[in-house]
Amino acid sequence: MCGIVGLFSKSLSVSDRLGEHLGDMLLEMSDRGPDSAGVALYRTPAPAGSTKVSLHSADPDYDWEALQVELDERFGSTQPDVRASHAVFVVDTESRALQQWLRGHRPELRVMSAGTSLEIYKEAGAPREFVKRFALADVQASHGLGHTRMATESAVTTDGSHPFWTGLDLCLVHNGSLSNHNWLRTRLRREGLEFETENDSEVAAGYLTWRLAEGDSLEQALESCLGELDGFYTFAVGTADGFAVLRDPIACKPAVMAETEDWVAMASEYRAIAVLPGAADANVWEPAPATVYSWERQPVG
Amino acid sequence: MTITSPVTVETVDLDSTPLRELNKRLHNLGEPPSPAAWRVVNPGGRHAIAVGIDAEVEVDVEGHVGYYCAGMNKLATVRVHGNAGVGLAENIMSGSVIVDGNASASAGATGRGGLVVIQGDASSRCGISMKGVDIVVRGSVGHMSAFMAQKGRLVVCGDAADGLGDSIYEARLYVRGSVAGLGADCIEKEMRGEHLLELRELLDAAGLPEADPTVFRRYGSARQLYNFHIDNAGAY
Repeated sequence: MCGIVGLFSKSLSVSDRLGEHLGDMLLEMSDRGPDSAGVALYRTPAPAGSTKVSLHSADPDYDWEALQVELDERFGSTQPDVRASHAVFVVDTESRALQQWLRGHRPELRVMSAGTSLEIYKEAGAPREFVKRFALADVQASHGLGHTRMATESAVTTDGSHPFWTGLDLCLVHNGSLSNHNWLRTRLRREGLEFETENDSEVAAGYLTWRLAEGDSLEQALESCLGELDGFYTFAVGTADGFAVLRDPIACKPAVMAETEDWVAMASEYRAIAVLPGAADANVWEPAPATVYSWERQPVG
Repeated sequence: MTITSPVTVETVDLDSTPLRELNKRLHNLGEPPSPAAWRVVNPGGRHAIAVGIDAEVEVDVEGHVGYYCAGMNKLATVRVHGNAGVGLAENIMSGSVIVDGNASASAGATGRGGLVVIQGDASSRCGISMKGVDIVVRGSVGHMSAFMAQKGRLVVCGDAADGLGDSIYEARLYVRGSVAGLGADCIEKEMRGEHLLELRELLDAAGLPEADPTVFRRYGSARQLYNFHIDNAGAY
């Protein structure tokens, strides 16, 4: 089943409380996905040339301070923003170099995202606990995605939780299941992409990352999904400046969208939108099958 | 449509009353049913609102509803002043369900009788496996509408997306706008006098007296998929 939500703010009043809103939406989708929960948040972009990285440690007492000292000596690094089992650093180097260093020096850590503004938090367990443990209510962001998971294609672990990130600032949440993900993963590996799990949704994220790297716009990349991905899907996709939704041509996975002057939202069910301010007066519609819906903001600077 | 104004209207706020309590009360109305008029506020997209009513009452829901609203409805008139989620009026037996806005997938699915009116659009699989219900959609319907429809009438004032009436049995489909594509064994049929008459009645029942039945086209079953075809015997 799974529940997915997305919220794209068009006003400061919404971005100031985006984490809280996204958390409220996630709670409404608990019934659709009690196994794990996750969010992707786009906020405070790292300066040019540096990388924002979200890291996960299985050890609850992990010494993030020690890592900060090492990262700072090697590249220059901010203090970590620690939330439950995750920590976010802004490190003064390119994403690839940072990931390579982490693999060599801190193999016990899992890179959840490495980009400019994207942060990813995800964990196995009930959404209600997740929202509390990660203190989502305190987070400001321009847009975000969320997922509550009822696992089908792979194990109930933090690794198998959504959102999935495979490069750049792109990430994806998925309701559905893909049937040609093994073959597609093999093909994308040949193109140089790396995958961390056996999960089908990670392959969809990888496919989009690859298309974008090949020069597609987000809209073009999503349109090419219609020909390449076999299976059921409703996707919500985030990029540094954009937000998009796509349903497969059969559209048996639900989706509803709504827009006001202050925000654009999508969710598996309307009740996750009903909790947003001004929802009662929002323009509400069901996204049509095989149709890309996307929003973009002008990049700052 | 005439709306009788009842003496008392029972208002239920779903932000403060559990949905199960509302539905339980709607299932135990006595004879004659009392209260006979209900107003449900703050539906908040909740699922299964006003499901399983078996009494001649009127229920007005003020806002958007989630899945299976007014499912299995008997005798009651349920009006949704908003949009409806998946499976609106699923397996409706009689009475009527009216939605001011749009309805999501599978509206009126497997309905046995009664009338479903959608003032906006219905998405995919509207009237899937309908077994006697009448459905009038003022807007358009999504793909695979009236899939395996067995009995009843589906009226679409707008357009129908691809795969209309796939594997249809004896339901009758009337579409005013374009049909993107007919499903297997669904064909266009002649619009005869009796069809114009029944369409007139359906449009009137749906509160559309101004709609002209002569501009609709009729679709139904070619009846080629009913039985095993002897020419296929060689396949075994």
